[in-house]
Amino acid sequence: MPPELALHVAMYTDVENASFLKDQLLAGNAEFEYAFIDASMILSTKHVLAAAFRAMNDHLNERLKSRNIHSEIVFCLSPNNNIGEAFRRFGVSESTRNLLVLKVATATTPDITLESVSKHLSTHIQGKECAFDDANFRKVSDVERIRKVYKANLPTSRSSSKSGKPVVNGTSGGREFDPIWSLERQILGLMALRGAT
Amino acid sequence: MSRTAHPPEPVAVPAPTNSKVHALPPPFDSSPPEDLELITQGAEALVYKTTFLSPTTPAALKVRPSKPWRHPTLDKRLTRQRILAESRVLVKCKKEGVPVPAVLALDWEAGWLVLEWIEGMSVKEAIRRRDTGDETGLRTLLERIGQVVGRLHGIGVVHGDLTTSNMMLRPDASATTTASSGLDGEIVLIDFGLATQATQEEDRAVDLYVLERAFGSTHPKEEGMFDVVLEAYGKSYKGAKTTLRRLEDVRMRGRKKSMVG
Repeated sequence: MPPELALHVAMYTDVENASFLKDQLLAGNAEFEYAFIDASMILSTKHVLAAAFRAMNDHLNERLKSRNIHSEIVFCLSPNNNIGEAFRRFGVSESTRNLLVLKVATATTPDITLESVSKHLSTHIQGKECAFDDANFRKVSDVERIRKVYKANLPTSRSSSKSGKPVVNGTSGGREFDPIWSLERQILGLMALRGAT
Repeated sequence: MSRTAHPPEPVAVPAPTNSKVHALPPPFDSSPPEDLELITQGAEALVYKTTFLSPTTPAALKVRPSKPWRHPTLDKRLTRQRILAESRVLVKCKKEGVPVPAVLALDWEAGWLVLEWIEGMSVKEAIRRRDTGDETGLRTLLERIGQVVGRLHGIGVVHGDLTTSNMMLRPDASATTTASSGLDGEIVLIDFGLATQATQEEDRAVDLYVLERAFGSTHPKEEGMFDVVLEAYGKSYKGAKTTLRRLEDVRMRGRKKSMVG
């Protein structure tokens, strides 16, 4: 990624003022131009970063389909082309308890730095800041709901009708059978294919 | 030549020219050159090893550069369709549980594709390097090949270029180097650039025939064991047996062709 495009990420749990944040976003308040994402709909750091990557890439190629790059990130999380639906599913709502915030700094907004963002967020978000890592996502993600939205499959036992042995295709388990890992890979592909003509 | 517009990068890298060699599409043209390593250059695409999203995640970047001798509109459309077709096939396989690399990112307009990096060596190399005393190991490997191809055909996908160099042997995360006989691991199919969906009997049989011929010429010593692959294939999905019968027809046709010449 070109260096002038910096991505800042923050994560909060036990958020109290979710509806306030949503209202600010809808009102188009320039101070609140962030990608607000319901963290329980995110499976892992890679999941949301891949969406951000796509949004930033589309931005570089002037192929944004939504209002701004932040709304584009939320849109990129969706497997289909419906922006409104993407916001309803992945965006912030009144019931959001765990929030993920992303901010992209572009060449035209050099004043946005990590400090300015975290200061602004900590004053306006009533919640506990936590580390942006996979361990925290595993705690808050609603895997079943995520799976339903992406219409993804869990790894089946992958046996033909006769074999019941635990060894499948030469491996004795390991990564392939970690459902989160397998789900993540399906999701990344679905997000990448969104809107393909 | 039409180009997707992008604002100039502050890094001193010029916008990609028509030259195929070493000119990468954005956003990768601003990555430091150490991050990217050219692995192979096929007729259709260049494949690089790089990282994606985090410095610890290896990934394969497959770029289909534009062909300047083609009419630009046609070229763009073809590249886009090919990239999309390949990605759709890969995502479908992944969804149905056929072992393939995952699609991590995609830009069909710019003509590139980021795929999961598969660790390990190709099946071709694994067979070449194998311990020749270990015949059961080879046998189980061939069975596994038959099963995987069977699963692929079972979901209605034909690979299009089935050779042992288009299959990787991914070692088990828990395997120790001393314990492995060199032929253990998960078989992962790669390079779906010629793959198609909605396939007919004939296409599946041809797919197998291609594999059979490739196997025979790449691994002449093991050629006689190819039946193990077909046997495992026959048990892998409903209708596999009819495909095998069709394969015999294809074989006959193939041989007849060379006799006429």
